[in-house]
Amino acid sequence: MNQPIKQHLIDPEICIRCYTCEMTCPLEAIEHDENNVVVDASKCNFCMDCIPVCPTGSIDEWRVVNEPYSLEEQYEWMELPEQEDIGQDAGGVEALDDAMAALLAEAHKGAGGKARAPATASKPTVNLYNLAKPAEAKVTGNYRLTSDQSDSDVRHIILDFGAQPFPVLEGQSIGIIPPGEDAQGNPHLPRLYSVSSPRDGERPNYNNLSLTVKREDKGICSNYVCDLKPGDTVRVTGPFGATFLLPSDANAHLLMICTGTGSAPFRAFTMRRQREAPSARNSLTLVFGARRAEELPYFGPLKKVPEEFMAKHFAFSRQEDGPKHYVQDQLREQSEQVAQILADPNGHIYICGLKAMEQGVEEAFKDIARAKGMAWAEIRDRMRDEGRYHVETY
Amino acid sequence: MLDLINVSYDTQIPNNVGLSQDKKVLKALEKWHPGYINWWNDLIPQNFQESLVYLRTAVSVDPKGWAKFDYVKMPEYRWGVLLAPQVEGRTIPCGEHYGEPAWQEVPGEYRNMLKRLIVIQGDTEPASVEQQRMLALTAPSLYDMRNLFQVNVEEGRHLWAMVYLLHKYFGRDGREEADDLLRRSSGSEEAPRMLGAFNEETPDWLSFFMFTYFTDRDGKMQLESLAQSGFDPLSRTCRFMLTEEAHHMFVGETGVGRTIERTCQVMKENGIDDPYDTAKIRDLGVIDLPLIQKKLNLHYTLSLDLFGQEVSTNAANAFNAGIKGRYMEARIKDDHQLKADTYTVWDFEDGKAVQKEVPALTAINMRLRDDYTKDAAGGVKRWNKIIEKFGIDFEMALPHESFNRKIGVFADRHFNPEGQMVTGAEYDKGLPEWLPTNADGDFIASLMKPCYEAGQYAGWIAPPKVGIDNKPGDFEYVKLHMA
Repeated sequence: MNQPIKQHLIDPEICIRCYTCEMTCPLEAIEHDENNVVVDASKCNFCMDCIPVCPTGSIDEWRVVNEPYSLEEQYEWMELPEQEDIGQDAGGVEALDDAMAALLAEAHKGAGGKARAPATASKPTVNLYNLAKPAEAKVTGNYRLTSDQSDSDVRHIILDFGAQPFPVLEGQSIGIIPPGEDAQGNPHLPRLYSVSSPRDGERPNYNNLSLTVKREDKGICSNYVCDLKPGDTVRVTGPFGATFLLPSDANAHLLMICTGTGSAPFRAFTMRRQREAPSARNSLTLVFGARRAEELPYFGPLKKVPEEFMAKHFAFSRQEDGPKHYVQDQLREQSEQVAQILADPNGHIYICGLKAMEQGVEEAFKDIARAKGMAWAEIRDRMRDEGRYHVETY
Repeated sequence: MLDLINVSYDTQIPNNVGLSQDKKVLKALEKWHPGYINWWNDLIPQNFQESLVYLRTAVSVDPKGWAKFDYVKMPEYRWGVLLAPQVEGRTIPCGEHYGEPAWQEVPGEYRNMLKRLIVIQGDTEPASVEQQRMLALTAPSLYDMRNLFQVNVEEGRHLWAMVYLLHKYFGRDGREEADDLLRRSSGSEEAPRMLGAFNEETPDWLSFFMFTYFTDRDGKMQLESLAQSGFDPLSRTCRFMLTEEAHHMFVGETGVGRTIERTCQVMKENGIDDPYDTAKIRDLGVIDLPLIQKKLNLHYTLSLDLFGQEVSTNAANAFNAGIKGRYMEARIKDDHQLKADTYTVWDFEDGKAVQKEVPALTAINMRLRDDYTKDAAGGVKRWNKIIEKFGIDFEMALPHESFNRKIGVFADRHFNPEGQMVTGAEYDKGLPEWLPTNADGDFIASLMKPCYEAGQYAGWIAPPKVGIDNKPGDFEYVKLHMA
């Protein structure tokens, strides 16, 4: 079967033919005639070098196609063709390889319908690397995030991509290919992990990213990742995901609900906001659940984030000196603010963590909406269709 | 090791040339710096200096790092010295030294020629900021104001780029030339800028758009040919400047395009099909297409003059010396020495304009001008597409290169925009149809009312199709400081 591919194109209506992209492209994948500036799909490797140098924004165009547009076709264009219907919603092609697409579809099921990206989200790059052609990243850090006494081993892993382009947005995931073979003698399929650093790197302007990984009993990949040492090389696919993304609008109010390592994308969201809009106030709310404070990843650094930059509500279900408390309980306690976000046309809700949290959170939303005379199912469907309700659970 | 990609902020002057280890040049530049800041501060009205502008700044010269957007007050913009990465083993791309290793130091025999080219280029950079200093007062939107300021700070940075070369490679007379770049001033009686086109005021926004489209495009062509220089530091400087220059082309092309679009739109809304029904069109507060054509005629022909004489020994010498190449020299397939080639230029014989073949070496200016015309024609074609979309019967066109010229073989002779020679009387009669009149200027000036509301645009210009840095339509590109 012919896999659809993502093709990089230039909008001839916006482009001013300055050819800066052509001069910048390290692969000479961009050329022009008297009419148009065009991209050779057989050469472009999505390194994205041409994107920031374009003065017009015309270069940031992508289409998912079964058969790439030829140079001749592109030279004839007066305007960019619409995305063709190829059986997938191009607004949200989460992954081009089927196994990863299926995993993400399963993870996003809890939203109750077709997921959409926030209107102002940046355009994600998807599937730059796959099983046949993975990227190689070098491990530059591996730190335990949970206390030594805890039986839960959650780790912060830093991967550096060196000179390989690896453009990733907050909320996207990458695949890690564990070495070895399964019982049938086939190589292991990649496992998906949410990136926990912002787009410009764990360290600004370094080509690196971080993951937040919990060691699972007998987990082939999680044990592999948690045992990695600085200097080790890891094979990576992705990036994946085109809907669970951060709106660029710094005024968008985000309600982020997570448990355990579900906090990974929210760490990325928060860091992006801190770097891009450090003076933003009262537009981030985090509801974070764990068994105990010692097992809550990033508990220390999180406490240092000022409350007016991000309101934080922790729920601990096994705290010795307190009652069992879950994220849904925190939502109910904050019902006034939650109701405000539900009513705000610029409010966004993100849920990330174990599948088991979905039901309780939905119930809480239902109750909060009902108390205000609103119907949760309608709100949810509208928010989801507008790219403002996102669920990623596993 | 010296990091030559990322911009270092360890001195007052951001740079990727290891300034902190180059004490002598650093000291000279630091001495020059206050004069520059004074120049800037005296130039642009104070409340704009205090405003926060959403600007693009380079944090490194590789593609990933040179477009970081953030709010900044213009006087705090990080002007700096940025050179494109050095290409290993680069050779001199043209002239008698073709194929020899590119010079990393100034070749003694060409010192004066090089210095002069750098000074002329450097002189245009602050000049355009001076010409445009009052425009923000009538900005048609915050989006346009931001684009103006981006152009201004980048022209300022280009001055820095040239001043660095003067300080670094030309010793005491380089420093004196650098000081003179701040002493001369656009339109000044005592010390005007070196090139004529840079002593005219930019009186309104349509002129600004035409200027960035046509005159900055000359700048782009000059930078393109200096980027081909065998003197490697000049080549690297100009290569990086070109990435910034592209933004100026963008401001010009879309500015004129949006003006045209708005005119067409208002004509259609009011059932006007005749583009020459100018009184009615002007009453609706938009600029009629024939007047836009007249502005185009003016700015295009002024810019052609910047290329100098068609046949020039100076240009031949610079090419032959390997100091200045042709547009896209590296992609031209010939001997790069022009030993036997000829090129077609205009000349004047027996009272008639004729085209004739001359040694290509002497026609370097003409060739660059032809490349310029080709480049400029592209945007005109795209403007016409806008008019066509509205179904209005009007076509913009570049006038013939003989029209309205002050330099070269056509200078001060009477040609109409089609390139036919006309009598003085015919010329005087045609002129109000060909070039903007005082009344035209007054009309445009009457439309220049500021529009400072985020997401709003003055009535004579359409909003852009795409925001800067992908920002939404109502983004506040300038946070105005209201004293």
